[in-house]
Amino acid sequence: MADLSVDFVGIKAPNPFWLASAPPTDKAYNVERAFREGWGGVVWKTLGEDPPVVNVSGPRYGAIHGPDRRVIGFNNIELITDRPLEVNLREIKEVKRRWPDRAMVVSLMVPCEEASWKAILKRVEETEADGIELNFGCPHGMSERGMGSAVGQVPDYVEMVARWCKTHTRMPVIVKLTPNITDVRKPAEAARRGGADAVSLINTINSIMGVDLDRMAPAPNTDGKGTHGGMCGPAVKPIALNMVAEIARFPATRGLPISGIGGIETWRDAAEFMALGAGTVQVCTAAMVYGFRIVHEMMTGLEAFMDERGYARLGDFVGAAVPNVTDWQYLNLDYAVKARIDQDLCIKCGRCHIACEDTSHQAITATKDGVRHFEVIDEECVGCNLCASVCPIEGCITMEPLVNAVDRRTGRFVDGSYRNWTQHPNNPRAQVAAE
Amino acid sequence: MPSRSEIRPGRMPPEVHPQAFADLHPPLDGHEVRVAADRCLFCYDAPCVSACPTGIDIPMFIRQLATGQPLVAARTILDANIMGGMCARVCPTETLCEEACVRNAAEGKPVEIGRLQRAATDAMLETGRQPFRRGAPTGRRVAVVGAGPAGLACAHKLAVLGHAVVVFEARAKAGGLNEYGIAAYKATDDIARREVEWILGIGGIELRTGARLGRDVTLAGLREEFDAVFLGLGLGATNALGLDEGGLAGVEDALAFIERLRQAYDLSGLPVGRRVVVIGGGMTAIDAAVQARKLGAEEVTIVYRRGPEAMGASRYEQELAQTAGCTIRHWARPAALSGEGGVLAAVTFAVTQLADGRLVDTGETFTLAADQLLKAIGQTFVAGDVREAGGLLDMAGGRIVVDAERRTSLPGVWAGGDCVAGGRDLTVVAVEDGKRAALSIDRTLRAAMREAAE
Repeated sequence: MADLSVDFVGIKAPNPFWLASAPPTDKAYNVERAFREGWGGVVWKTLGEDPPVVNVSGPRYGAIHGPDRRVIGFNNIELITDRPLEVNLREIKEVKRRWPDRAMVVSLMVPCEEASWKAILKRVEETEADGIELNFGCPHGMSERGMGSAVGQVPDYVEMVARWCKTHTRMPVIVKLTPNITDVRKPAEAARRGGADAVSLINTINSIMGVDLDRMAPAPNTDGKGTHGGMCGPAVKPIALNMVAEIARFPATRGLPISGIGGIETWRDAAEFMALGAGTVQVCTAAMVYGFRIVHEMMTGLEAFMDERGYARLGDFVGAAVPNVTDWQYLNLDYAVKARIDQDLCIKCGRCHIACEDTSHQAITATKDGVRHFEVIDEECVGCNLCASVCPIEGCITMEPLVNAVDRRTGRFVDGSYRNWTQHPNNPRAQVAAE
Repeated sequence: MPSRSEIRPGRMPPEVHPQAFADLHPPLDGHEVRVAADRCLFCYDAPCVSACPTGIDIPMFIRQLATGQPLVAARTILDANIMGGMCARVCPTETLCEEACVRNAAEGKPVEIGRLQRAATDAMLETGRQPFRRGAPTGRRVAVVGAGPAGLACAHKLAVLGHAVVVFEARAKAGGLNEYGIAAYKATDDIARREVEWILGIGGIELRTGARLGRDVTLAGLREEFDAVFLGLGLGATNALGLDEGGLAGVEDALAFIERLRQAYDLSGLPVGRRVVVIGGGMTAIDAAVQARKLGAEEVTIVYRRGPEAMGASRYEQELAQTAGCTIRHWARPAALSGEGGVLAAVTFAVTQLADGRLVDTGETFTLAADQLLKAIGQTFVAGDVREAGGLLDMAGGRIVVDAERRTSLPGVWAGGDCVAGGRDLTVVAVEDGKRAALSIDRTLRAAMREAAE
């Protein structure tokens, strides 16, 4: 049976599934319910200085829905914890004492002054928590007060605060990064320079979830006025995966431990983050949508996956996909695929045809001998994957590599050779190099 | 011994009626609409559209419904089929749009197109608003004979195109079989009448009820008085059993039974037999049998001379009857009726089989005790009304011959609905006939107007 336990920068937990710093981890009551369901750890909702912040008493959350009102994107304008610091610290200490085997990480956000950080670190240490996460990501409310993403967007500040924390505490320091930035590698690099033990990402993305066309205001809104919130949920996963991969393969940050966050709902989502280098994963939206019980599916699914692949421990596959993430210029331009439609699976909805016909390469038939029939025209197919993407039946359209065969679109014999853009004759710079 | 008829009212406590005759497919609520609409794949050249005789743009109206615009969706439906509301209720969708739905191939369950169509058209009907406007008056007048689906669809389209229309209807109410000949549980809340009123709401259509062709008006007279004539006469007679019915009480047409039920204010006053036999395999047979059961008949047996696959009623309709407690017996034809004191007592059937593709008796017989026999073996066009046109109206198989534009052989006369040859006798087909005829009439009249102006 695969071993799901983790030792993440010295923080031990029975499994890599942690609850992210968010509403589900704001109180002992919630956290203990999570631990009873099996979550490996939590990042306690961000603590700040007293007096506590004040939240709006209107809607804090918004959602975008897919079919059957599945939540595919979620956002919030909630601030850090609005409970007194003392109450949170007492509960953290009690919970950690009752659940010593679970990871207890405390998220922190105080003004950008060394004294403020020094003061709170001392108090957190007294709880015997396992580590701290610096909230440099929150994009709403707190950022207007010079904290959260306002810090995370300036690499120098990231480095400075990380260094203060490493100076004033023995606890491992995880820096949580904001995705609301041009190049996520820069703050990650800064965190490492400041001595941070790890980074976690992504925090939420600036977002307006919709517009109330009756009130002509963002939806949801507070008394007719709205503000951007931070978006999370399944829709942000691709953005998060890319940012995790960028940090995992960037020379200046390679090897820096990563806690992956962003739209993780299932064991498979978690495994994907891990394959791109995340040592643990953090979950919030899925728990808020379905409750804490989902962790059973995640644990059992990941275990089964690892058993099937022969991975004894998480370290056996964490980062395994990183070497295969590269720049566009190194993709093999001599490689070619053709779409194939499995006629037994095809339900004849015709979406592949109209997508290709209207918007791409006119490479799929609509009829054959006067009968409704959808088939790929190899002479036109560029292998773009649009048809497979829009097909409602999984596995009906596949992209089949050409192996020792003529690409009937280009007339070129595909022999398994490798030639990337840097080597291609159409690249003026490649030609210059050749001459 | 004097025989007392078993056909009597009050076989079911009256309080049961509202539930028994409630909507067969209750309307979807808002959430159900969203879930059902989500399943539509917005197919290219969608098979459901090809399967709809009126060619409603089904993926488009479902998308409009899903995006919160039921009235826009209704407009899409009504553009193609002005009786979209009734069709949503009475169409055998399982053999039309829903049979063609690609979701059948995907997971064996089509998008609920009929019920989604009802959601959209109900929303429109509830507004009471008429989304269509009368066209600028052309000064041309068209006579429409028959206020059934074909006639009303034709009249409405003609009004949209600016022509003045007079509809002649033999009966007291407009609506045709929607009003008189379809099971009550398919047309609840007086939907047939409400839809007719809504259609006539466009204006420019004069309805003259109690005006029968051949009695109150003549085809020759209409041709004289109007610029064009549309015949949507329906089928005036029902087929006979072809055996001696002996004038027995308790034997009648299923359509007459259904009509009585549809026009009754109080179902508890409606008589029904204890043991009812329905002859036939179409929708009318099912409608009559199921309603006889709902009125309290103890035994209802549908007898059909061929197998289940040959029945005009869809598999769904057959199961509906069986679930309602009716028995369906196949491969038997009525051979003799017997009575006591002038009242039906039993029906004897000859068992049938196919021999070299022909239906023949096997020689076996069986007898069912019965106090009521409902005949649902099809209807016939009564040609007499139009025969006075001097034999110029081409007929085939006893019905009027029309071309693709629904023109008859008689200049200036169009026809559609059940009275024309070759169609499937469905509301939705009749609507398409009326629509096509109206477009053809319009083209013809405008061509004549241009010619006259030159």
